[in-house]
Amino acid sequence: MSDPVIRINKMNKWFGNFHVLRDIDLNVAAGEKTVICGPSGSGKSTLIRCINRLEAHQEGEIEVEGVTLDGSLKNLEEIRSNVGMVFQQFNLFPHMTVLENCTLSPIWVQQKSQAEAETLARELLERVRIPDQADKYPGQLSGGQQQRVAIARALCMNPRIMLFDEPTSALDPEMIKEVLDVMVELANEGMTMLCVTHEMGFARQVADRVIFMDEGEIVEENAPEAFFSNPENERTQLFLSQVLTH
Amino acid sequence: MLLQALVLGALVLAMVWLVANVQSNLERQNINSGFGFLSERAGFGINQTLIEYSEDSSFARVLTVGLLNTLLVSVLGIGLATVLGFVLGVARLSSNWLVNKTAMVYVEIFRNVPLLLQIMFWYFGVLRNLPSPRKAVSLGDAVFLSNRGIVVPALEMTAAAWWYGAALAVSTTAYFWLRRRARLLRLADGTAQSIWRPVSMIAMASLAFAALLGGVPFSFDIPALKGFNFRGGITVIPEFVALLLALSLYTAAFIAEIVRAGIQSVSKGQREAAAALGLPDNTALRLVVIPQALRVIIPPLTSQYLNLTKNSSLAVAIAYPDIVSVFAGTTLTQVGQAVEIIFITMMIYLTLSLLTSFAMNRYNARIALVGQKS
Repeated sequence: MSDPVIRINKMNKWFGNFHVLRDIDLNVAAGEKTVICGPSGSGKSTLIRCINRLEAHQEGEIEVEGVTLDGSLKNLEEIRSNVGMVFQQFNLFPHMTVLENCTLSPIWVQQKSQAEAETLARELLERVRIPDQADKYPGQLSGGQQQRVAIARALCMNPRIMLFDEPTSALDPEMIKEVLDVMVELANEGMTMLCVTHEMGFARQVADRVIFMDEGEIVEENAPEAFFSNPENERTQLFLSQVLTH
Repeated sequence: MLLQALVLGALVLAMVWLVANVQSNLERQNINSGFGFLSERAGFGINQTLIEYSEDSSFARVLTVGLLNTLLVSVLGIGLATVLGFVLGVARLSSNWLVNKTAMVYVEIFRNVPLLLQIMFWYFGVLRNLPSPRKAVSLGDAVFLSNRGIVVPALEMTAAAWWYGAALAVSTTAYFWLRRRARLLRLADGTAQSIWRPVSMIAMASLAFAALLGGVPFSFDIPALKGFNFRGGITVIPEFVALLLALSLYTAAFIAEIVRAGIQSVSKGQREAAAALGLPDNTALRLVVIPQALRVIIPPLTSQYLNLTKNSSLAVAIAYPDIVSVFAGTTLTQVGQAVEIIFITMMIYLTLSLLTSFAMNRYNARIALVGQKS
């Protein structure tokens, strides 16, 4: 594979005295789909939030497309313009229409013209299959629609990497599929994706690699087939038996 | 149903008795009724009048002078309290320890001491303790602080001022027009351009033109000590300064807490989403956080504006000539028609409050969220 686009080396992070991430080493290649799973509190969300510095790490290095994530504001800007993020709680801006949500960053960060930004936004709303909701407000949409708007909003920055933080955990079961369908499509188009999720079907279908985390450590990583059929670590076996047997 | 009818009946009876009682008492004490007194000569002086007033003016004129003084201190107080309150509210959330704690100490001191005491502190404790006019504290021999108030130079316009006014109007129009054009251009094809060069060139050219035509546009009337007091300039009376200071500093403490709560009510996820989209902190604050915080801030902020206006009636304690002091105070003592005078004063405060509420509610409705599920 080509050079890694994300390179994490001996990364450590503490919340106060609590050691949330321990000696994380992780390389992600361009176009690679990585699914991260693990019990709650294992640090998986914190790990991907460190990649665009919503959380600052304290030790070790993180490099995204060759740019080092340190205190530098310039580096941070560059990284954030290349990395899109989708949150568990959608986090759409409730005082803006769907279209305004999508054009905010292109207009204010990338200095695009309004017309250009709107064309782009409408294109992407089409891609997530809600072209006719552009002028509504987020509060008027269902959860599944809101999450698809959030994906379109992140894609409007034309990012090369997408981070998903439990994108379907706050959704009703019947809406999970519509969001996963969009994500599968995105994966098939070759986007580099890091996805924290418990959707094991999704992991089987699109992931190149599954990472299992527990107590702030990467316990096991493997291709999905091997990961699900033949987990090596005891903690992975326990976790999988709990997620897969109901 | 029967019980309700009985209660209503009792209420009507009580009101009738009250009115009859007031009428008979007024007659017994030889007190007139009606609003005829408003056109009578007032016969007393007022030490701050925004419109022409003398002892020969009518009580209606007293009412207007008092109302204008109330409005003056309220409007300026609301402006100052809002600016200071927003600054303190944001400072209260600063990660800088010193800024944060300074704002906290301010809020805790000013909202926990009774307003009346604060008014008295500024008036009796600070302003009245300044030296007499003959030993006034002088700032550059133009501004003087003394126990008679603050005396500042008066600006007197000459005819040439009109030329400068026109120049200013031209520059301002040009600024807004260029800004609008630049914004439209940017949204149309994405090219950002600075408007400061054309704006400053237009401003300088129009001012130079005005100077050429008119010369110096104003002269100063600089105050000077004559005998025991100052002549010339404008005197800002200490009662006004004390009341304005106390009202704005006190209300700012409450507004600071309202602003802090408003900003904190916007969920952390909103700021994270803005950050993940690459928006710089100040842009995120302006476009994402503040618009949402305003919805929480506006209703209690309205209450604070109403409170400030009504609290301005405490002016009576230091004899600032507001409407309560000169109308519900002095006028009432002279005329004795308590029912009419208190009624008029109450109606005026009620009208002021309702107008403020109306304006703020209109604004609040305009920024309300659409389709928001709680």
